[in-house]
Amino acid sequence: MEGTRTAHPMAALATLWRLALLGLVFVLGVWANASGTLSAMMLYREDISFLTLQHLELVAISGAIAIVTGIPIGILLARRSLGLFGPLLAQIINLGTTIPTLAILALAMTVLGLGAPPAIFGLAVLTLLPIVLNTVAGLRAVPPALVEAARGMGMTNRQILFQVELPNALFVIAAGIRTALAINVGTVPLAFLIGGGGLGELIFTGIDLMDTGLLLAGAIPTALLAVGVDLVVGQLQFWLVPRGVNPLR
Amino acid sequence: MRGRALIWKATPLETLNFAIANWSQIVARGWEHISLVGVAVSVAVLTGVPIGILITQSRVAADRVLYVAAIIMTIPSIAFFGLLIPVLSPIGQGIGYLPAVIALVFYAQLPIIRNTYTAIMNIDPALREAARGMGMTAFQRLREVELPVALPVIVNGVRNAVVLNIAIATIATYIGAGGLGVFISRGISQTDPRQLITGAIAVSVLAILADLGLLLLQRRLTPVGLRQS
Amino acid sequence: MIRLKNLTKIFGATTAVDNVSMEVGAGEVCVLLGPSGCGKTTTMKMVNRLIEPSGGRIFIDGKDVTEVDAVQLRRSIGYVIQQIGLFPNKTVEDNICVVPDMLGHDRKASRKRAAELLEMVNLEPAAYARRYPKELSGGQQQRIGVIRALAADPPVLLMDEPFGAIDPINREVIQDEFMKLQAALKKTVIFVSHDIDEAVKMASRIAIFKAGRLVQYDTPDNILAHPIDSFVADFVGADRTLKRLRLIAVRDAMAENPPRVTAQDAVETAIALMESHGHISVVMVGPQGRARGFVRLEALRGKKGVVGDHFEKLPSVIDIDDNLRNAVSRMFTNDQSWLACVDASGVYQGYITQRGITHLLGATYRDR
Repeated sequence: MEGTRTAHPMAALATLWRLALLGLVFVLGVWANASGTLSAMMLYREDISFLTLQHLELVAISGAIAIVTGIPIGILLARRSLGLFGPLLAQIINLGTTIPTLAILALAMTVLGLGAPPAIFGLAVLTLLPIVLNTVAGLRAVPPALVEAARGMGMTNRQILFQVELPNALFVIAAGIRTALAINVGTVPLAFLIGGGGLGELIFTGIDLMDTGLLLAGAIPTALLAVGVDLVVGQLQFWLVPRGVNPLR
Repeated sequence: MRGRALIWKATPLETLNFAIANWSQIVARGWEHISLVGVAVSVAVLTGVPIGILITQSRVAADRVLYVAAIIMTIPSIAFFGLLIPVLSPIGQGIGYLPAVIALVFYAQLPIIRNTYTAIMNIDPALREAARGMGMTAFQRLREVELPVALPVIVNGVRNAVVLNIAIATIATYIGAGGLGVFISRGISQTDPRQLITGAIAVSVLAILADLGLLLLQRRLTPVGLRQS
Repeated sequence: MIRLKNLTKIFGATTAVDNVSMEVGAGEVCVLLGPSGCGKTTTMKMVNRLIEPSGGRIFIDGKDVTEVDAVQLRRSIGYVIQQIGLFPNKTVEDNICVVPDMLGHDRKASRKRAAELLEMVNLEPAAYARRYPKELSGGQQQRIGVIRALAADPPVLLMDEPFGAIDPINREVIQDEFMKLQAALKKTVIFVSHDIDEAVKMASRIAIFKAGRLVQYDTPDNILAHPIDSFVADFVGADRTLKRLRLIAVRDAMAENPPRVTAQDAVETAIALMESHGHISVVMVGPQGRARGFVRLEALRGKKGVVGDHFEKLPSVIDIDDNLRNAVSRMFTNDQSWLACVDASGVYQGYITQRGITHLLGATYRDR
C-alpha cells in the first residue's frame, strides 16, 4: 500500500506533509517538555477541566439555540410565497456573516452588558447566520420536479415540507450546522472578554501576564476542542444524513 | 475589564461625536488593519494558488493538503496566536506584527487552496480535451484555458480569505498587532461603549466593503461567455 | 369515465386552454398530443387540480372533481411526470408506497404489492426494493415512477410525457412494458406526449391540441387516415400513411385459407392449383401445416416429378400477430411482393401482398 502511494510524485508530497506534521508535533512536544512548559501547564489542571466544561456549555447552549431557531427561520425565508422579500433578507443575512465575530460579541455586550447571557446571545447570533443561509440554500436546491410529483400524488404542504423538502435539504443544512459550530467553537474563547467564561480566560490572562504555561494551558485544549468538535459533527453529518440524500455515502 | 455586568446606555450621538473627534485615529487604525490583511492575503495567494494547482495532479495529495488546511482553519484564532507566542518568543517576536501575519497567512490558505483546486478540477474535461487536441502544451492549457475559466472561483476564495482575515485581524489586537480591534478591546476594558461601537461598526464596514469590492472584481473577471444572466 | 366540459384556463392575457370538451372511456388510453405550449399539459393538470380551471367542469365517474378535496382527489389519481420525481430520501419500496402510506393502508400489504409491481416491470424485488433512487439507471427510475403511480390501484392515471427523457431504445422497451401493464390493469389513462409515434403506439384515442383548442379527437387510425385540417396533417407527418401500417395487424390484412401444396404433390397438381387461383407461386407446407417453402409457376413449367424436388426456401415469413409495418419492411428487405403469414407455431395461415396492403390503406380514403 505504501508502494502504490509513493508511486506518484504528488503522493510522495502528501506523505511528506504528514511526516512533517508528525515531526512538528514531536519537536513541539520535546521542546515543551524540555522548557518546563508542560509541567507549568499541568499546574492549571483543575482550571483546565473546569473551564473546558464551561467552554463546552457555552458551545452547547448557544449552538442549540442557533439550530432550533435557525432552521425554522430558514424554512420561512425559503417560502416562495415571500416573493422577493425572502432572497433580499437572505442577502442581508449573507452580508451579516462578513461581520467579524468580535464585533458581534462587542455589540451584544453593548446591548446586554457583561456575563454569560450576552456571550451566549452573541454566539447564538453568529452561529445562526450560516444555519439560516444553508437551510434556505438547501430548500431552494430541492428540484421542483420532486415538489410537483409530491403535490400530484396528493401530499399536503406540510407533508411536502417534512417528507420531501426537508429530507432532501438535510445534507446542505447539516453542512451549515457544521460550519456554524466551527465558527461558534472558534469564537467561544472570545466570550471571556465580555465575561462569558471558558478557556479564553487562560489564553488572555496568559498573554497579559506573558506566562507561556498559562497561555498554552488555554490554547492547546481550545485548539483540540475545536478540532474534536468539528470531527464529531463531521461524523454525525456522515452517519445521520440518510444514504439516499448523502453524496458522501 | 473583568468587572460585573454593566448595562450601558450609549446614545448614537455620543458615539458619532467620538467617531468624528477621533477620525484620524480611526483612519490610521483602519490602514493598519488593511495593510495587515493585505500583506497576509498577498503571501497566501502566492503560496495557496500554486499549491492548489499542484494538488490537482494527485487526488491523495489533494485530500491530505485540504484536510490539514481544514484542521488549521478550525483552530480558534486566539489559540493559534497563543501557540505562536512561545514559538516566536526566542527571536523576540512573540507578540506583535509577525505572529499576526503568520497566523493570517495560515487561515487564508484553506479558502484559496480549496477554491483553486475545485475550480481547476471542475473545468469541463471536454474543454481540456479540446485544448489538448489543438496541440496546446500543459503550460499553455493552464494559461489559456484553465486559469481564465478558474479565475473567478479563485477570486471568490480570495474574497472568503479576506473577509475571514479582517475578522481575525480584529482579534490580533490582543497580541499587540494594532488595527481596528484596538477600539473594541479598549472599549471593553474601559467599559466605553462609544469606542466599542465605533470599532465594531468600522471593522464591519471594512469587511462588508471588502466583500462587495471583491465580489465586483469577481464578476468583472468572469469571462463574458461564462456570465450568468 | 373522465369527461371534460367546456374546460378553459386563462393565464393573465393568454388563454392556455380554450373551451375543451371531451370524454375518455374507462380503460382507454387517451393521448393528448400537440406542439409545446398547445395546452395539453395544462389540460391534464386540471384533472388532478394541480391547475385550477378558469371555467368549465371535469367529471370523473360522473363526479365533479371540484367537489372533492384537492388533496384527496390527487391521492386517488396516479401521476407520472417526465422528470420522474422519485424522492431521493426514500428507498425504492418507500417511494412506491408513498400514496398507500398516506392513505393509511396496511404497510405490509402495500410493501408486498410494491414487490409484485417491481416484478411486473422486470425488476427483481429482492435486489431493488431497498435501493435508493440514485443507485438506479434512468430507465429503472422511470419504471419505478410508473409503478409508484399504480401502487394505490387508482382507476385513473395521468402521465406527463413520462418516457420523454429516456433514450430511444429504452423508451421502446418501457412503452411495451407499460402496454403490457395496461392490458392487465385496464386503467383509464390521460397521457401527454409530443411524439406522434408514441401516440400512435399507445393510444386508444388521440386528442390533438393547437393553441389551447382541441382540434381533432379520434382513434389513431382515423387521425392518420383523415386528418381534419392541414395543421393535423402536418403534425402527424407526410409519412402518416406509413404510420398507419403499425396499427394494422397482419391477421387483419392477410388473405385467409390460401391454396397450398405439399412436398408429395405432383408438379402438375401445383401448376393446376396456381392457374386456377391466378397465382404465380404457391406455398409448400409440411405434414403439420407449417410453411416449408414455395414453388413458382414459371419455374415449374415443363418440369416433372413432385413439388418436393423443385421448391425454393421462403426468404422470410411474418407472424400473424405482427403489424403491417414490419411486414412491409420485410418485403422490401427481401425484395418480395408477398409474404407467407404464420402463427406462433409456424403453421401457414395466409398471405399478404403489397397490392393487398395498398388496397387496404386506400379503402379508407375511397369511402369519402
